[in-house]
Amino acid sequence: MTRLTVVDADRCVGCQLCMFACSRRFGEGGLAKSAIRVRSAGGFERGFVVVACRACPDPPCMKVCPVDALEPRRGGGVVLKAGKCIGCHRCAEACPVHAVFWDDEANKPDICVHCGYCVGYCPHEVLAMREAEQL
Amino acid sequence: MRLPTRVLMADLTARRFTVEDRADLFQYYIGGAGVAISLLKEYCPVGADSLGPDNPIVFAVGPLVGLYPLASKTVAMFKSPLTGNLGESHAGGRSAVAIRSAGYGAIVIRGASESPVYLSIDDKGVQFRDASGIWGIASSVTTGRIIRELETGAGTRTIMRIGGAGERLVRYASVITETYRHFGRLGLGAVFGSKKLKAVTVSGNHGIEVSDRKLYRETYDDIYRRAVESPVMKKYHDIGTASNIMPLNLQKGLPTMNLKTTTSPDAERISGERLAENYLGRRVACAHCPVACIHIAALREPYEKEPYFYKTTMIPYDYELIYALGSMLGIFDEKAMLHLIDDVEIWGLDAMSTGVVLSWATEAQEKGLISQNETLGLNFRWGDEPTYAKAVEHIVKQPNEFYAALARGVDHASKRYGGEDYALAFGGNEMPGYHTGPVSHVGYLTGSRHSHLDAAGYSIDQAALKDKLPDPKAAAAKLLKEEAWRQILSSLVVCFFARGIYDKDTVAKSLETAGHKVAPEALDEKGMEILREKNRFKEREGFKASELRIPGRVFETASPLGKIDEKYLRESVEEFYRLLYA
Repeated sequence: MTRLTVVDADRCVGCQLCMFACSRRFGEGGLAKSAIRVRSAGGFERGFVVVACRACPDPPCMKVCPVDALEPRRGGGVVLKAGKCIGCHRCAEACPVHAVFWDDEANKPDICVHCGYCVGYCPHEVLAMREAEQL
Repeated sequence: MRLPTRVLMADLTARRFTVEDRADLFQYYIGGAGVAISLLKEYCPVGADSLGPDNPIVFAVGPLVGLYPLASKTVAMFKSPLTGNLGESHAGGRSAVAIRSAGYGAIVIRGASESPVYLSIDDKGVQFRDASGIWGIASSVTTGRIIRELETGAGTRTIMRIGGAGERLVRYASVITETYRHFGRLGLGAVFGSKKLKAVTVSGNHGIEVSDRKLYRETYDDIYRRAVESPVMKKYHDIGTASNIMPLNLQKGLPTMNLKTTTSPDAERISGERLAENYLGRRVACAHCPVACIHIAALREPYEKEPYFYKTTMIPYDYELIYALGSMLGIFDEKAMLHLIDDVEIWGLDAMSTGVVLSWATEAQEKGLISQNETLGLNFRWGDEPTYAKAVEHIVKQPNEFYAALARGVDHASKRYGGEDYALAFGGNEMPGYHTGPVSHVGYLTGSRHSHLDAAGYSIDQAALKDKLPDPKAAAAKLLKEEAWRQILSSLVVCFFARGIYDKDTVAKSLETAGHKVAPEALDEKGMEILREKNRFKEREGFKASELRIPGRVFETASPLGKIDEKYLRESVEEFYRLLYA
């Protein structure tokens, strides 16, 4: 099963089209629902960091959820059961790569479902859907 | 559906803020330039001191920001300390999306602080933060680095800030955002400085609802596809705006050495192609823009007397910077030019005004109007970058009357020292890099910002290389139509590079999904009305079209269309203003 993969962050120009695409899945503009983030590596002169869910086989975010609102996703990562979520932020704090983002308006995490919608809007071949590589 | 109609009002004197819903303005004027001019008229008293507390700073975004690609510009309006009338400057970066994501359509900053301050803005309002510890930092880059560590919102925030030039009230100081984007022209940096305002950061996380999700996605995909397939966009991505150097040099339209000439055999050295080949280190995009036109050179150089110790400086370049700090000063050594661009960026000066001021000073010294008494021992010579770099520092610090005069712009300096015939400013704003023919100059004279961006007169000139030049009246009509349409684009707020993509139907359709219904045919009149409003503000503040000064140099140096006829310019300017109010 494929997952969202950052193949070459050096090609990233920081346009954030992936972020906008992610929110647009829900039929809205802006970035409130984006489960991917591009930020500078400490200023635009240093290039960009693309923060995206790694689809962990044993996800730390899931392990800390006190209400079991995060369930394992086939192929790695998690699926959010929004009805159960109490908005405690523990999943966001547990993610070592800070890839759990927050929808302040809904007070729920923005969780990547590895659908690949963002990949179609990356004009510079930074993102791709790939099989997870095993070390 | 939520149009961005909330206006954040921040008062630096009282250190208070309020939020007002101004749906009344956004309904008619859309956003951006249209709303900004209304707010400026409302909050700037007649005859206000441009460097006093009464001069408001208005930032406005529009309904397409955050929804569609290539619509990520913020319009700033203020009374210009350079021209004394309309100050308008646009910047991208992350500024527009940040303002809208924080829940605002516009921000108005009034009053002045007694002690240095920076503003941290989010959806809850304004924090007035003490900036006394960072006041006096000359570098706009360092200022950005410090604030970056102090504030949250990495990735989606904007950090607008000034360098030393803004603090020292240089009338053409810029405001820098995201290191490489600028509210460059007409002196917003000095207005910040006059208010002891070192920076403004904005961040937020609000989503944007649309009226019809399916239509939104379809319209989006259509715009996106046209953007990534467009040849214009490819040009701006590959070589960038600097790709204009070689064609303009070949056509003999590249202002060189204070417009004594319009071409140089050495221009290839500062061309976009050469810079891309040898120095291009990174390309960067504004938020929501697939084009990534921002080109950054990586200049790797050794420290003197320190073997194997290098530094790599990342320096942005664009056509206008290369013109103003390269050809205009006779600097054709690309490394020297990049150094000067870097200096001007760090101090936070408008590159175009700085280049034109220094090129005038060089000629004035050649002709003996000024001596080393005025220049503090500097001997300006074309191509002598180290001397120009010292002069740039003097312009910021203003150690004597001469440099204080240069800091007020070339119009002012030439009134004081002479040489007005070759002081290349229009309406008080220094000339952009196109001497393509008469229409470019009519555009500088009539444009509400006296900028090449107002109506792109150069493109009419360039078309006339193959076709016939329109007569003065027809040229005026074309310029007016283009400038009026650009008011719509800058009310949405769409980048002018995407003007080919955002045609009238696309604008109406995308506006509809944003919750703003307007008939495509109604857009022209709306654009014209916004343009009239801007001109009314100018006139209110003393601008008189009949008193526009045209530097004689424009007529002396042939353009690609031959020598320019003063009568053509005067007639065309007169017709423009007649049509504007007709």
